[in-house]
Parts: sequence; structure tokens; C-alpha cells
Amino acid sequence: MPILISQLRVAAARLVLNRGLVVALLLGPVIGAMLAFGTVAAQDATKNDANEITIDNFTFTPKELTVPVGTTVKWLNHDDIPHTIVEKKTTFRSKALDTDDSYSFTFTSAGTFDYFCGLHPHMVGQVIVK
Amino acid sequence: MAKKGFEDRGQGLGRREVLECMVWAGTGVLWAISGGVPHSVGLIGDAVAAEPAGFTFLQMSDSHIGFDKAANPDALGTLREAVAKVKAMPVKPSFIIHTGDITHLSKPAEFDNADKVFGETGVQIHFVPGEHDIIDEERGKAYLERYGKGSKGAGWYSYDDHGIHFIGLVNVVDLKGGGLGNLGAEQLAWLEADLKDKSNSTPIVVFAHIPLQVIYKEWGWGTEDGMQALNLLKRFGSVTVLNGHIHQLAQKVEGNMTFHTALSTAFPQPAPGSAPSPGPMLVPADKLRTLLGLSTVSVVQGNKPLAIVDKTLAG
Repeated sequence: MPILISQLRVAAARLVLNRGLVVALLLGPVIGAMLAFGTVAAQDATKNDANEITIDNFTFTPKELTVPVGTTVKWLNHDDIPHTIVEKKTTFRSKALDTDDSYSFTFTSAGTFDYFCGLHPHMVGQVIVK
Repeated sequence: MAKKGFEDRGQGLGRREVLECMVWAGTGVLWAISGGVPHSVGLIGDAVAAEPAGFTFLQMSDSHIGFDKAANPDALGTLREAVAKVKAMPVKPSFIIHTGDITHLSKPAEFDNADKVFGETGVQIHFVPGEHDIIDEERGKAYLERYGKGSKGAGWYSYDDHGIHFIGLVNVVDLKGGGLGNLGAEQLAWLEADLKDKSNSTPIVVFAHIPLQVIYKEWGWGTEDGMQALNLLKRFGSVTVLNGHIHQLAQKVEGNMTFHTALSTAFPQPAPGSAPSPGPMLVPADKLRTLLGLSTVSVVQGNKPLAIVDKTLAG
């Protein structure tokens, strides 16, 4: 029986390996394209709305944003999973943002504001208000 | 297609009950309890045919009712398919454990739809919330009003059935920035008190939404203070930990503890690190059920190896 189990494990490992390889092969060009697109998008964002933070792939972009006092910052969720914006000291907290929902907060005082997603707290970002 | 999980080396297994897990067609996980020595297990059809009526329960998870994006435009439909399979079982499970993310956005209509479909099983369901179940405006009130009766805090509780102590934990509230799932001091203190009078030979099944062990920190797949809970459970001879959240099977045996995460009935998620994010994995429509597919068999007891049989729904 242990032999059977180890065979199964090897088979499972092989499956996982193959899948990883296929994913890597498939994603290579896609990631390349996304990176290229990301650069363009970031430039556009700078031009159009410098105070917008987008959420794609469970990541805040830009991760760090510096704005003057009085600025309204807008978070926009592009993921197909909801996220929330929670400031570490709960200075602000958004409702759940579904796909393409946004949340805005106006910073009326200077300081460093660390925030995260209340549902996926490994997602973190920072707004520095000067 | 039966596999014997592990060998009986005559180490007193007869004194304890043995938990066996048969993952089933991407819809639920069937667990059977049998006294004495472990025996062959297989896919659900074989197992049910071979077993006289015993104590079984199902694990279902991550129904995400309300989810309608490309990865599965009809999460309610796939839940219906899962429930149809429960209804078709020749021997009804004693109950179902749902390891969270019943809904996608905690909306009343989503809870209503889920309740209606789950109600068709005719089987009692023990829930714990996922992070998607507590994003109503009052952060969890909607969940607690429906499922929180008799529970403590954010919805944790325990109960006994067939000599097994079942513990439902909540690790999706008050999450800290940069951190993982969170149980919190109050819940851990409750757990310690809850276990105090239990003998070491009491089989324990503990279930929560996010894996209690860290599976993949970069995607937040773990619980910050999960080890504190597991340390409280160390002294028990048989501990089974059931989680959801990651929408894929992951199993591990450590000493007397068996860890198992369930498939979603809604959409698959990528393997750790295999995609830019843990978001829903988009697959061709005709592949969805194949990927939600089947199956794993695990047997717990001591340091014995785990027997695993994987099979897709298409297979």
C-alpha cells in the first residue's frame, strides 16, 4: 500500500508541475503585454487623474501616493472580487467595493495614512499627505 | 476503485473512532466515521454502496451566491447541481458543514437564494462565515441574524455528535493590515475553555473559513493566530481541520492532525503563486465542472500516510 500511495503522490506532483509549466508558458506573453499596457495606463492616469488608486489583481496601484492637503483620493476596484479600503487607525473605511465600484476620501490634514483591504489584509497601500 | 488508506499496525486504533474523508465530485466532501480499524475507501459511489448506514457528514464551501462574473456566471446554478447530488445520495448525511462564503456580497437576496437551495437538502447545515458573508453595512449583523443563533462573538460555537466534538471558528473579522485571517484573543479564550473538560481521546473536528495553517502567506491564505488554536488541540488523539477559502483541495497530515480544504461550488482559484492574484480562475465553460471536479480521499490516524485519489468530474 505505501507503494501505491507514493505512486499517487508522484502522479499528483507531476500533474501540479505540468500545470505550473503550462501556466507559466501561457502567462509569459500575457504578463509581458500587461506590463506594457500597465506603463501606458499609468501614464494616462498621471495625466487624467493623478489622485486615483486602482485595484487590479489584489494590488493597489500606485502602492504609495503623495498628495497635498485637501486632495480627494479615489480608489477604483477593477477585480471581480470585492475589496474594502480600511485605514489602519480607521480614519476612513469604505463599504465593500464590487467590480468597478469606487470609494473617495478627502484628506484634510497632513500625515501618513496606511491602509489595507479589510477582506484581504495582505493588500496594503499608503497615502502621504503633505 | 477502492484504496486502502493506511495499514493497521495494531496500535490501539480500535479504541478510537476513525475519520475518513471522501471528496466528492466538486460538490461536497463526505466524511464517514467508523469504529475500529480503518478500511478501504473510494469514490463516493463505491463508498456508499460498500458502507452500511453509518455516521456521515458533508463539507460544502464557498458557494458565493451572487457571483456572476466570467469565471462562473451562475454560481446559484452550480450550487443547485451540488444540492441535487446531496438529494440523490442513497444514505443522507447527518448534517452539512459549510465553511463560509455562502454569499458573494452579503446581500439579503443572496442569503435568501442560498437558504432556499440549501433548504432543499433537508439536512441541517452548520455554517461559519467567510469574509464575503460579513460585508453588509453593519459588518456581519446579517449573517448573525440568520445563522448565529446559539453562537458566541462573531459566530463561533461547538457541538457534539456521535461522540465527536465539532468546533466552528470565525477567522474573518477584525483583520489587521498586512496580516492574515484572525481569531482574536476572545475566541481563543473561549476555545480553551470549551476544550477544558474534553478528554484526549475525544475526536475533534474544527472548521473555519480561512485555513488555520498558513498555506500561502503572499495571498493571505492562513490565520495569524491559527497556531494558538492548533496548540490547544495538540493533546487530542484525532483532530480534523476543515477549511475553505482557497477554492481548491489541499491536504496535509501532521501528527494527529489532518488538514483539508474544500473545493468551491462556484469557481476555482489558482494554485498558490501560479497566477498574478488569487482571484477567480477563468476557464472555458465546458471545463468549469471539470476543474471544480473531484476528488481526494484521506484517512486520519496518527502518523499514518494519507491516501489520496484525485479524479475530475469528467473522468
